Amino acid sequence: MIECKIKIKLDSFILDANFSIPDKGVTVVFGPSGSGKTSLLRALAGLEKTNNGFLKIGDSIWQDSENFVLTHKRQIGYVFQDTTLFNHLNVQDNLDYGIKRSSNVEKEFIDSILNLLGIKTLLNRSTAQLSGGEKQRVAIARALLIKPKILLMDEPLSALDMKRKQEILPYLDALHNDLDIPIIYVTHSPDEASRLADHLLLLDNGKVIGSGPINNMLTRFDLPISHGREATSLVEAKVISREKEFDLMHLNFSGGEFIVPDNRLPIGSNVRLRISARDVSLTKEKQIDTSILNIFPAIVDEMSPEGKAQIMVRLKIKEITLLTLITKKSAKILNLKKRSKVFAQIKSASILS
Amino acid sequence: MLNEYDISALLVTIKLASLTTVILILVGTPIAWWLSQTRFKFKVVIEAIIALPLILPPTVLGFYLLMTLGTNGPIGNFLELIGGSSIAFTFTGLVVGSVIYSLPFVVQPLQNSFGSIGKHPMEVAATLGASKLDRFFTVAVPLARSGFITASVLGFAHTVGEFGVVLMIGGNIPGETGVLSIAIYDHVEAMEYGQAHVLAGGLLVLSFVMLLVVYIFNRHFSIMRSD
Repeated sequence: MIECKIKIKLDSFILDANFSIPDKGVTVVFGPSGSGKTSLLRALAGLEKTNNGFLKIGDSIWQDSENFVLTHKRQIGYVFQDTTLFNHLNVQDNLDYGIKRSSNVEKEFIDSILNLLGIKTLLNRSTAQLSGGEKQRVAIARALLIKPKILLMDEPLSALDMKRKQEILPYLDALHNDLDIPIIYVTHSPDEASRLADHLLLLDNGKVIGSGPINNMLTRFDLPISHGREATSLVEAKVISREKEFDLMHLNFSGGEFIVPDNRLPIGSNVRLRISARDVSLTKEKQIDTSILNIFPAIVDEMSPEGKAQIMVRLKIKEITLLTLITKKSAKILNLKKRSKVFAQIKSASILS
Repeated sequence: MLNEYDISALLVTIKLASLTTVILILVGTPIAWWLSQTRFKFKVVIEAIIALPLILPPTVLGFYLLMTLGTNGPIGNFLELIGGSSIAFTFTGLVVGSVIYSLPFVVQPLQNSFGSIGKHPMEVAATLGASKLDRFFTVAVPLARSGFITASVLGFAHTVGEFGVVLMIGGNIPGETGVLSIAIYDHVEAMEYGQAHVLAGGLLVLSFVMLLVVYIFNRHFSIMRSD
C-alpha cells in the first residue's frame, strides 16, 4: 500500500491529502486545474516540504514525525509536465545521469527500457534534435532507468499536440502492462484517465473526494464524474475470435460476448472498452429486429436524476457496472425501479489501448 | 618598442588580472548562487552593496581601502599586530582592491545565469539521485556556462582597465604595483606619445577582442539552447 497523510498550505488553498492506494498498477490522480494534483505529486517526491506528514511507499517510510527523506534519496522516477531533459547533455548522457547515481542497473534492464520506449536510435542526438514526443519518451526512460520504487507522472502528455499524444500513448500502455512498480499519473483529461487508470484518486480544491477502482469510481453517484453527458463506464474484455466476413471481432467479458469492429488486435489481448452513458438504451423485452448487436440482460441498480428531463441509471450486467442516460419519460414508460429487469442495448463502444 | 618599464607593467597587469579573476570566480560563484536562490528580505541591500563599485568613483573606493588597509587602518593594524605588515602599496593590496572593485562584473552575470536556469532542472536532478552539491556542479554550473565566460572576461578586462584604485593603494612601484594603465599615464605626462599609443592601442584592441568573444559566445550559446 501507499499511505499518505500530508497537509500543505498553498497560495490559494490547503492541500489536505489523506489516502491510501494500492502499490501496484496505475493510479490516476484526476481533478480540475488548480485542484492540487501537481502539488500532491511534488509532495510525494519530497519537492514540497511539510511538517508532521506521513508517507509510506510499500515498506519504506519517506516521511513521518521524525524523518524526512530528501528527494535524491527517495528512488523515484518523476516525469514532469514539460520536458526537462538537460540541454547541456545529449540523449545518452541524460540517461546516464540517473544510471550513474543508482546502484545495480544491469545492461539487460537498460536495453529492455530503451526498447520499451523505442529510443535506441536517438542515443547520440542532442536534445535540440528531438521532437516533443521523443523528448518525453527519453524523459520517461531516464526516470525508469534509476529503477524507481514508484513512477510519478505529471500530465506527461499535456504539452504535446494530438498527433504526439497518439504517438506516446501506446508506450504508456506498455508501461502499464510491463512494469511492476506503481505509477501515479496526474491528468485532467478524462480520456487519459479512463484509458490508463486501474485506480482513480479524485481531487477537488485540495481535498481527496474519492478513491477506488476506476470503474467503481466512474459509476458512483456521489461523485461528479458519474454525472452529465460525459459520463462513461469501462468494461474489461479479451479478444476471443474474429468474424472475417464482416470484419468484426468478438470479445469476451464476464457479462457475455461483445461484438466490435476488428482493430487487428491479436486473439487473447486484453482490451478495455469505454461505453458512454449516452450510447446505452434500455428495453423491457429483448429486441429481435434491431441493428444493435450488443444486447445484454441487466438489472437496475440505482437511479439518479440529471436535470429536469433526464435520469442516470446504473445497471448491473452480472458484476459489470454500466451507466445509461435516459429521459425521465422513458423511465416512466418502462416503469423502471431498483432491481427492475431490463435489456441494455449498447450502440457503440470505443476500444481503449 | 616596449621598454623595460612597459614590459614589467604588462606582466604585473596580466598577473594581477588573472589572479583577481580566479579569486573573483571562487568568491563570486557562491555569492551569485545564494543571491539567485534566496528569499532573504534584505537581499536587495546586499545586491546594492555589491553593485557599488559600478558607480562609485574608483578614487573613493581606493581612498577607503587605503584607510582600512594602511598602517593606521583597522585591518592594517590587525595585520601588524599578528606580526605581518600593512598590505597597502603591495601587490597583495592591489589584488584585494581589484577583487572588490570588479566584484559586480562577476557576480551580476553569474547571478543572471543562475536565475535563468530556474529551479526545474535542479529538481529533475534531485529526482535522478543527485545531492545538492552534486547537482550544483553537474547541472547549474554547466547550464550557466555563458555566465561564467561573461563573468571571467568582464572581471579580467575590468581589472586590466582600473586606474583610480591602483593609484590610491598601489603606489606605482615598478615590478610590484606598476600596472599598464598607470604606465600610459606616465608616458603621457612625459610627453612620450609614441609609447603611450602602443600601450593604449594595445589595450583598446585587447578589450575589443575580449568583448567580441563574450558576445559571439553568448549568441552561439543561446542558439544552442533554443528549442
